[in-house]
Amino acid sequence: MLALRGLAWLLTMQSLGELLSRGLALPFPGPVLGMLLLLVGLRLPLVRAPVAACAGFLLSHLSLLFVPVGVGVMTHLGLLGQYGLRMLAVIVLSTWIGLVVTALVLRSFKSAPDA
Amino acid sequence: MPKFVELWVYLSATPLFGLTATLVVYVLAQAVYARLSQASWANPVLWSVLALASLLTVTGVDYPTYFSGAQFIHFLLGPAVVALAWPLWDRRFELLARWRALLLAALVGGIAASGSAMALGWAVGLPAEVVLSLAPKSVTAPVAMGIADKIGGIPALAAVFAVVTGMVGALSGKFLFGLLGIGSDRAGWIAQGFALGTAAHGIGAARALQVNADAGAYAGLALGLQVLLASLLIPLLFRLF
Repeated sequence: MLALRGLAWLLTMQSLGELLSRGLALPFPGPVLGMLLLLVGLRLPLVRAPVAACAGFLLSHLSLLFVPVGVGVMTHLGLLGQYGLRMLAVIVLSTWIGLVVTALVLRSFKSAPDA
Repeated sequence: MPKFVELWVYLSATPLFGLTATLVVYVLAQAVYARLSQASWANPVLWSVLALASLLTVTGVDYPTYFSGAQFIHFLLGPAVVALAWPLWDRRFELLARWRALLLAALVGGIAASGSAMALGWAVGLPAEVVLSLAPKSVTAPVAMGIADKIGGIPALAAVFAVVTGMVGALSGKFLFGLLGIGSDRAGWIAQGFALGTAAHGIGAARALQVNADAGAYAGLALGLQVLLASLLIPLLFRLF
């Protein structure tokens, strides 16, 4: 029941975020605004306990949620046949660049190693 | 036998098929992954996607039919993005104490990933709309779709790029961090997790969460930051130029 109340909070925040995003034509997508709203809402114990129960479950199975979109690769077989190798090479290289740059920038802040 | 064929034709056209297949295949892939002591190459998203795409090809079920069931899982990506507020809240004091380093790493890392993808894509002669779909590849799939739509990319392609990016990060992170000499002390785990969340969003974060709790928490934070920065900056930069 606690987790279910948590899901109700998540969906409520997402809906509010969606309303704000469309209503005010903000650059952020609805779920992102929902996340910010929830961050404020978590000050309330009424929100905190249920959200903790639900968010833990949802986030620990995060990778499952990407499978349906991933299967969508098969609808782009035409593009893949023509550019597949080049696209893969670009994605692999740029992902490595992103990983290395991020880790190195963070590592350069050695001033607070135990923070 | 004709009876069976008839039943199959019925079942494969209902949303039940896509939903069941996705869940069952993923649970199996996850079990294999656990059995192989979570080896990077056994990534459950990668193998689930390959298995399901093969299954659909063999059975002749088209993607929209599959998605009519799988959308129930896909839908949860929205609430999952909202749920990212929880790891942020949980570590708010720690994060506030180091916000400068974290924000800078997220910003520089995100620009490096997105910028290098577009530059490389342009250099190897990919069509313009494909290059634009590469821009939001380090953010989690539903957000990447929204951003691609705003800047003239192809949303469905952007989602696929994001998923492939996530898998590349999850698969090669360990090897890459080994090369860089980023150790497995606490600062090392934090740097690894944050890098995975920045450059490989939810799939990288899922990997980080499995190997270490600190890495997982910082990956969740990085993923949230990347979503904020990318949805603000990418459309803004495209409007300017």
